[in-house]
Amino acid sequence: MNVNVSTNVLAACKPWTRIEIAARAARDIPEGYYVNLGIGIPVLVADHIPADREVVIQSENGVLGMGPAPAPDRINPWLINAGKQYVTLVAGGSYMHHADSFALIRGGHLDLCVLGAFQVAENGDLANWATSAKDTTPAVGGAMDLAAGAKKIWVLMEHTTKSGESRLKRRCDYPLTAPGVVKRVYTNLAVLDISEEGFLVRELAPGLTLEALQEVTEAPLRMAN
Amino acid sequence: MINKIVKTLAEAMAGIRDGSVILLGGFGSIGLPYALVDGLIEQGAKDLTVVANNAGVGRTGLAKLLDANRVRKIICSYPRTSDPVAFLEAYRAGRIELEVMPQGTMAERMRAAGAGIPAFYTPTSVGTKLAEGKEERAFAGRKYVLEEALYGDVALIEAWEADRWGNLTYQSSARNFNPVMATAAKLTVAQAQHIVELGALDPEQVPTPGIFVDRVLHVPYGEPAVT
Repeated sequence: MNVNVSTNVLAACKPWTRIEIAARAARDIPEGYYVNLGIGIPVLVADHIPADREVVIQSENGVLGMGPAPAPDRINPWLINAGKQYVTLVAGGSYMHHADSFALIRGGHLDLCVLGAFQVAENGDLANWATSAKDTTPAVGGAMDLAAGAKKIWVLMEHTTKSGESRLKRRCDYPLTAPGVVKRVYTNLAVLDISEEGFLVRELAPGLTLEALQEVTEAPLRMAN
Repeated sequence: MINKIVKTLAEAMAGIRDGSVILLGGFGSIGLPYALVDGLIEQGAKDLTVVANNAGVGRTGLAKLLDANRVRKIICSYPRTSDPVAFLEAYRAGRIELEVMPQGTMAERMRAAGAGIPAFYTPTSVGTKLAEGKEERAFAGRKYVLEEALYGDVALIEAWEADRWGNLTYQSSARNFNPVMATAAKLTVAQAQHIVELGALDPEQVPTPGIFVDRVLHVPYGEPAVT
């Protein structure tokens, strides 16, 4: 378990692990959704979608209907995901070239994209590709296409940095991936929606209070409802 | 008789000039035409601009071309692969220029080039530093940036099967940028694991029709290196 919150807040609660964050988000993905999962905590979501629910996972490198990692003796060495790990193709899956893959992404055909992030702002701004405007070799990959193109963007991330700074911001100070796109955030401490009025807390980690969460969160928080 | 199959790497690389824009297929090491890159190093063309998703892994493929000091500029979406040693060395030494763009924009710019579209508007990168200085226009209330077609002098791609007309198939996710790049260059050279008789490919399953391909080299190397 990665513990990033100040001790007084932590003492009172049991933060979710990375796997629990992924599992919590997976429960909210409806049957029939077409979904892209970013690298980091988001790829773990695939392992936690309920078995009775059909969700189709896309990988930006031209895979629609991505399945779990193969058994060591069943690897297809030509089949990788965006994180360049070996994966499988489910029955009904298909391959396409990069321009079609990103047409699918940019064209609004994905119901949902689940991404990792460095920072999310209360206006839905997403920063997940560079940590400084002076970064000379930033690696954008498909992040901006996904952020601009999917119908819904959810972010899965630790609530704070390793040094305890809030990743939920009034405004992002890292370079933006896209403005105003994030609809929901799942962290190790809470599940939050982003509304016209900013962050709305939908769920708190076991034992955590709104006041304690606010202590480690830069952006103002309100309970939903 | 049309026969695009060449016998040697030297024939495959013939005529590639200094200063060329090279479109290089692959995503990481999957679908990257390693044999053709070796041939390009042997052929000797320099001051190249390379368009590829990544900036090379380890010391082989594109990284080897960088180490040979043949590349002036890299255009890519993700220069940070697991092991971009050759790129970082060349970049820090000031030997190469880097242009980073969103992956989908890169793919679409090449599709546009191959399809006779000089420029297009895209929602990707609006409101970010990658859109700075670019023409912006609103359609139906949403903002888009203008991106121009990205043309190659040469495309080096990897296929699974090929026939003598240059019809190509691909293997799983090794398809990636290869079919798009094949359409966007003046000279497209493919390496293929299998050469099949004309008429053997199912015409319903030909992702790259031969009109986009100029030369095919048979390179039956087996399985790709571990990613």
